[in-house]
Amino acid sequence: MVVDYAALKSGGFMRQKQKNHFSMRLKVIGGELEAAQLAAIAEVAEKYGRGRVHLTARQGVEIPFIKLADVETVKADLMSKGVFTGVCGPRVRTVTACQGNAVCPSGCIDTYTLARGISERYFGRELPHKFKFGVTGCRNNCLKAEENDLGVKGVYCVSWSHEACNLCGVCVKACREGAISVREDTLFMDENLCNNCGRCAKACPSRAWIGEPGYLLSFAGTFGNRIAQGRQILPPLKDTATLFRAADAALDFFDRHGKPGERLLAAVERAGWDLFEKIIRAEALHA
Amino acid sequence: MPDEHSADLRPDAETDVTSVVCPVTFAKATAALDELENGRILAIRLNDGEAARNVPLSMKDEGHQVLKLTDNGDGTCTLLVRKT
Repeated sequence: MVVDYAALKSGGFMRQKQKNHFSMRLKVIGGELEAAQLAAIAEVAEKYGRGRVHLTARQGVEIPFIKLADVETVKADLMSKGVFTGVCGPRVRTVTACQGNAVCPSGCIDTYTLARGISERYFGRELPHKFKFGVTGCRNNCLKAEENDLGVKGVYCVSWSHEACNLCGVCVKACREGAISVREDTLFMDENLCNNCGRCAKACPSRAWIGEPGYLLSFAGTFGNRIAQGRQILPPLKDTATLFRAADAALDFFDRHGKPGERLLAAVERAGWDLFEKIIRAEALHA
Repeated sequence: MPDEHSADLRPDAETDVTSVVCPVTFAKATAALDELENGRILAIRLNDGEAARNVPLSMKDEGHQVLKLTDNGDGTCTLLVRKT
């Protein structure tokens, strides 16, 4: 029997060191699964694997010890219960996310909805090499945005209204950057220190600080054999349409300039950060 | 400007959470608020730093009215909260 390993891998089946056994990678978006999906996964792991799963470093679930002969049956069984296989290889991988503002008090953006949108648009798209998206809801960066080829970080773009402010002092302490001070019965904000964390607006009891959600993107991060932090080359983006234009441009750039087997970072470095930044800015900001 | 002025804000009760850390700061402050009638004011003495950064936001999220945060200059702050 000739085994098409490439086809198996694109469908999320990783060859194990044990002959004829595969670890089946499942599709998980933003680390979120329904209880019924977990039950289906448990059932399959018991029936076809060894009754255990592996939680991956990027919020995925893998069922190891699936026999080659069972692969299609297992896939169909899972699909009938609303669980789908993930991907490996040179394509857009699992989109990771923290819980964002749907659950977390610190969240500035709806990470789940955005992660699903990103996954819907790009998941599985073939590229020169793997491509990872990660979405984190705020500056606390629980999801480590800069580790990803394209990281998204939720921020607030804040503004202050003198009329609504009663100088209660809460924002002065809420700001970790020391950007806010109260002197002579008025408030000062040093915009050079502001990192758009939005804690002033979240903490403000009188709506004197208003925060509009924004998306801060980081490009060409990698955290495998080579470790490099993704770079911010755009100001906070105010809407997802702009975000997707930037992401489209980054993936198109990777398609055009990347060599097989190299990450976005290598392609950007060879073509030049200047060119990359120029293209991303032009496409995202029409600037 | 203010419908609340510091001079008019007299606490009805006080609690000190400077000897505990998150999340007990929040739990202890909430327990003290539970003892009060709606509309009453609690003064919470808390440590500058993490507690002063986070407790006001937690109180706001719980639906209480945050009135004033004063730096006591001794490494502690006092937060005035009206129970709602």
